[in-house]
Amino acid sequence: MAKADSIISISGVTKRFGPVTAVDDISFDISRGEFFSLLGSSGCGKTTLLRMLAGFEQPTEGEIFIDSEPMAGVPANHRPTNMVFQSYAIFPHLNVGENIGYGLRNAAISKDEAGKRVSDALELVKLSGYGGRAAHQLSGGQRQRVALARALVCRPKVLLLDEPLGALDKNLREEMQIELRALQRTVGITFVFVTHDQEEALTLSDRIAVMSKGRVLQIDAPEALYENPNCREVAEFIGTMNVFSGRIAASAKGATTIDARALGKLQARGTSRKGDYAFLAVRPEKLKLMTKKPAASMNAIAGVVSAISYRGDRHHFLVTAEGHDRPISVSQQNDSDTKSTPMNVGAKVWITWPATTGRVLSH
Amino acid sequence: MLGKPSALFIYAIAFMIFLYGPVMLMPVFSLNDSTFATFPLKGFTTRHYASMLANTSMILSLKNSLVVGVIVSVTATAIGLPAAIALTRYRLPGGGPVLSAMMLPLVIPSIVIAVALLVIVLRFLHMNLSLWTVGAGHILLCIPFSMTVLMSRLEGFDKSLEEASRDLGENAWMTFVRVTLPLAAPGVISSLLLCFIISFDEFVVAFFLTGTENTLPVYLFSQLRFPNKLPGTLALGSAILLGSAILVVAADLLRKLGVQSAKPGDL
Repeated sequence: MAKADSIISISGVTKRFGPVTAVDDISFDISRGEFFSLLGSSGCGKTTLLRMLAGFEQPTEGEIFIDSEPMAGVPANHRPTNMVFQSYAIFPHLNVGENIGYGLRNAAISKDEAGKRVSDALELVKLSGYGGRAAHQLSGGQRQRVALARALVCRPKVLLLDEPLGALDKNLREEMQIELRALQRTVGITFVFVTHDQEEALTLSDRIAVMSKGRVLQIDAPEALYENPNCREVAEFIGTMNVFSGRIAASAKGATTIDARALGKLQARGTSRKGDYAFLAVRPEKLKLMTKKPAASMNAIAGVVSAISYRGDRHHFLVTAEGHDRPISVSQQNDSDTKSTPMNVGAKVWITWPATTGRVLSH
Repeated sequence: MLGKPSALFIYAIAFMIFLYGPVMLMPVFSLNDSTFATFPLKGFTTRHYASMLANTSMILSLKNSLVVGVIVSVTATAIGLPAAIALTRYRLPGGGPVLSAMMLPLVIPSIVIAVALLVIVLRFLHMNLSLWTVGAGHILLCIPFSMTVLMSRLEGFDKSLEEASRDLGENAWMTFVRVTLPLAAPGVISSLLLCFIISFDEFVVAFFLTGTENTLPVYLFSQLRFPNKLPGTLALGSAILLGSAILVVAADLLRKLGVQSAKPGDL
């Protein structure tokens, strides 16, 4: 049932804790060598799913295959997976070298080979010469590297990472993101990465599964996820999204017109059935602010600037439009054009965007 | 401003005298050259310590207490450790009631336990009273203390450390040996010390359950009726006071050491 090129195959997996369903009938495959992220807010079931892959939890229903082997009843210590824990779980009574070599005791390799693997692993995570350090002498970033090295030294088929960057400060986190991605390319091992940080998931992943309430909403490459979310929840979870609602007035050949009542008729990509209630989703950076009413071929909404925030590389505007309950987000690049047309709070503006940059979502 | 703290200071001194005065009199009288423990002090002597060492029945009861104390501390800790692990690591059905049941001896007066055990041993088990029955009673008293010490240690460290060990290929037993036990070691040591002191000090249960051989507290109580035996008793009491003080301080230091390294996962 598992495809030949998939290292992990999850088939109809459900996990219940008493009356709570943490993971609800999930099925998907992860390809060999992929950097795959499970993305969702806390309580969405992503960590439970990861722990089922590691063998710390057993599915209530369904099956998990790793490298075509069924994992039912296989305990964590017999699985071809290793995990980087959120807390790193560095053994405090062992030094760095002993921590990294912990999993090699049961491997059928000589002491010399084990020692070589430990020093190779230290080099891989740029901690050469740290083998004799005590665990409590390490900084947060160094602990994270030790946890990575300790898992990779066992040469797992799949490396599981449970929000490993969550405890680091912003700059260190961004640095580690780049290193983690480079490391994954070097070792070529499949990474399954759990995070609640959508930016992190977009930066690192080959593919992302967006999860909510125990279900997978969408699995796609970062770009596809950002540009073509398949539902309102994904659209609003990944980045910022303006969503307008209304009934479909016309829809043909991938072009749809929505009657957004007070906002007028708006056009977008996508197909839907005429008369259905639907959403139009469009990103803030696709919108433009104008002082004059634009050409009729463009979508246009009249509004008043209610807030402006300066973000260095861009300005972020909030515009309130009559007939729309939430302020509309508009992001404008700080190029010479915006300087010449200053917008102030209270200014009457037109928000405009071409029909092709918005997307129709049925739910 | 000065009035208030100085009143508090006097109170504190009075409190300390009230608390430790009687205990401190014991070493003083043990070095006093008199048969009676009364003021005024007569002169300095170490002869009471010499007579203490010459008193073979007293030394024998001391040995009994040491043997019972060691066996009790090891047994109670050996019983307490798996129970503490089970209650801190797993969500057991009925874990709450089990914990309460194990902690119950803490709040039952020891006289009640002593009488109940006496009835059980004599009427139901038809056993003879001996140091073994004293030891069994002490184990019962010590388990809640052992578990309290061990559980606070086990709760202090990150559960994912044990998961990490499993993840890295070790089975449950080797995870216990390589991770749980080394991390719980300070708790185990302070549990051993605490249980030893409880057993060594204990009078009521020992008094009820002992046979022909006495533990030290029971022996001392029986000797207090004879004034000429008193100075040797005071000498022994002083020696024990010093010994227990050293043990208690050691146990507390170990526990604090444990607290410092209890959260290995944090940054």
